[in-house]
Amino acid sequence: MGMGKYILQRLAFTILVVLVISILVFVLTRVVGNPVDILLPLTATTEQRELLTKQLGLDRPMIQQLGDFLKSAATLDFGDSWTQRRPSMEVIFDYLPISALLILCAMAIAVLVAFPLGIIAAYKRGSLLDRFLTVLSLVGICMPPFWIGLMLMFFFAVKLGWLPTSGIGTWKHFILPAVTISFRPMGNLAQIVRYEMTQQLGEMYAITARAKGVREINLLRKHALKNIMTSSITMIGNDYCKQLGGLSAAVEVVYGFPGFGHLIKETIQSMDYPLLQAEVFFTAVIVCLINLIVDILYAAFDPRIRY
Amino acid sequence: MAKKNTIKNTAKKKVTLWKRFRNNKAALIACIVLIVLLTMIFAASVFTSYNVNTSDLRARLSPPGTPGRAGNSNHILGTDQLGRDLFARLLYGGRASLRVGFTVTVIGAIIGIVLGLSAGYFGGWTDMIIMRLVDIWSSAPTLLIAMTVVMIMGPGEGNLIIALSIASWTLFCRMARSQALVMRNSPMVESGHAIGVSTPQIMSKHVAPNILSPLVTTFVIETAHFINAEANLSFLGFGVQPPDTSWGLILGEGRKYLVQAPWIVIYPGLVIGITVLCLNLIGDWIRDEFDPLAVKH
Repeated sequence: MGMGKYILQRLAFTILVVLVISILVFVLTRVVGNPVDILLPLTATTEQRELLTKQLGLDRPMIQQLGDFLKSAATLDFGDSWTQRRPSMEVIFDYLPISALLILCAMAIAVLVAFPLGIIAAYKRGSLLDRFLTVLSLVGICMPPFWIGLMLMFFFAVKLGWLPTSGIGTWKHFILPAVTISFRPMGNLAQIVRYEMTQQLGEMYAITARAKGVREINLLRKHALKNIMTSSITMIGNDYCKQLGGLSAAVEVVYGFPGFGHLIKETIQSMDYPLLQAEVFFTAVIVCLINLIVDILYAAFDPRIRY
Repeated sequence: MAKKNTIKNTAKKKVTLWKRFRNNKAALIACIVLIVLLTMIFAASVFTSYNVNTSDLRARLSPPGTPGRAGNSNHILGTDQLGRDLFARLLYGGRASLRVGFTVTVIGAIIGIVLGLSAGYFGGWTDMIIMRLVDIWSSAPTLLIAMTVVMIMGPGEGNLIIALSIASWTLFCRMARSQALVMRNSPMVESGHAIGVSTPQIMSKHVAPNILSPLVTTFVIETAHFINAEANLSFLGFGVQPPDTSWGLILGEGRKYLVQAPWIVIYPGLVIGITVLCLNLIGDWIRDEFDPLAVKH
């Protein structure tokens, strides 16, 4: 099977996923939930409730609502957001890029710390640095990210006053949220790199290379690193998807960062259905595309993999 | 004679297992810490005289170690914004956190294992449909869907459990399937069929016990994962609601007082972290110990 055909197949799968998830959320929100109760104050009269239900189009048969939704969603039109009173797409484009950037920064920090640390730890097992790596990854994996955020904020913003506590504006506002988000992927990645590197350094090819006098740095750069790439990339891709799919919400709330996670939280709490559908659509598409990129990168690092 | 040997062998195996466990200091400490923590949480009334929701507004935001008023014991970890004893709240709140983490994993394990075993064992169409479902579900923004489910059903512990269970079955399903595939092609199952053992019996009596250890590892680590997830959602207001309490909710309510009373934030986070850490260490130990492919130290 050629690469092109494989990509087409994956794109078809993406469409299937987006369709299934969108319909699921659509039906779920309309069968179980009633947004009118949340949008109107408790004192609203029955007439007011009926009027709003009609205005939002919630009185029509469900299949008709779903049909209309799918038709307009196909042209990327999700309707106006009920709370922000402008096209949902516009709202998404105000919030998504900044979060995507924030999480990208976090991932960059994670990679820059985890790779060198993991490799050195694999060479010097049991050393002080190895123990530091273990502690760091355990903190990253076990501690709730929003708690790490609150602690960092307490020390670096409140006590020391080095960085702003919350909001957005300068690059300084990115540092604390990005470092906070980076802890979890850093922990995951450091463990994977250390484990895989330890395996690689004991492989026959590594022993052979050393025996014929290949320098350690070349062995690392030309052989071992390439071999640990597939699992590392999977991990990075997974973590990125999870963070963008709402995991970063708590950290964004802590820092008052107006990002996508924050938007997801607000949208769901205010039952803003059109905006929610747009968010579901975009997260599903992004997750599928990132998985596709990860698969393509596999082939780039491992010549045995052919699609 | 043969029987005698097997008994001897199992006894020997158990001894070495216990020895190895004792030698693995991290797992041993984790186990002790977890048992102490669980005892304190489930026998909370023995360890604290305070109630979860008894507030004392004149003692609000008192730092750790403040003597209690009216002959009450000290506030070991201080009090919160309503003057409630933080230590008592951590113990009682832990019940909800652990309950959610555990129940969600149990539900996920049951659904996942049943589907995974069926997929792996029957193969063909059953396998195809179940695995496509898992694929689609793995690409779905499950956290977003879980939040939506909580919101439309109304926040609270029960609905939080339902919502998180949505996300907890896929991992178990994948594992159970791959293990079942290995077992299906094993001589043990083939001979079972040959002598006329029924399919459900083969699955429950022969296949299931053999795939137990990886599933137990996954179970322990996933419980830790969902204790964290509960904290995350309750922190955001999608989980346990007052007057009930949980670790995540204490953090969510206390975060506004970070500057005046950092202890309200520091201790719940540490308790979550320690619980999750212990479960992870125990999970790792089970994996290393029972996985035949893992390198033995």
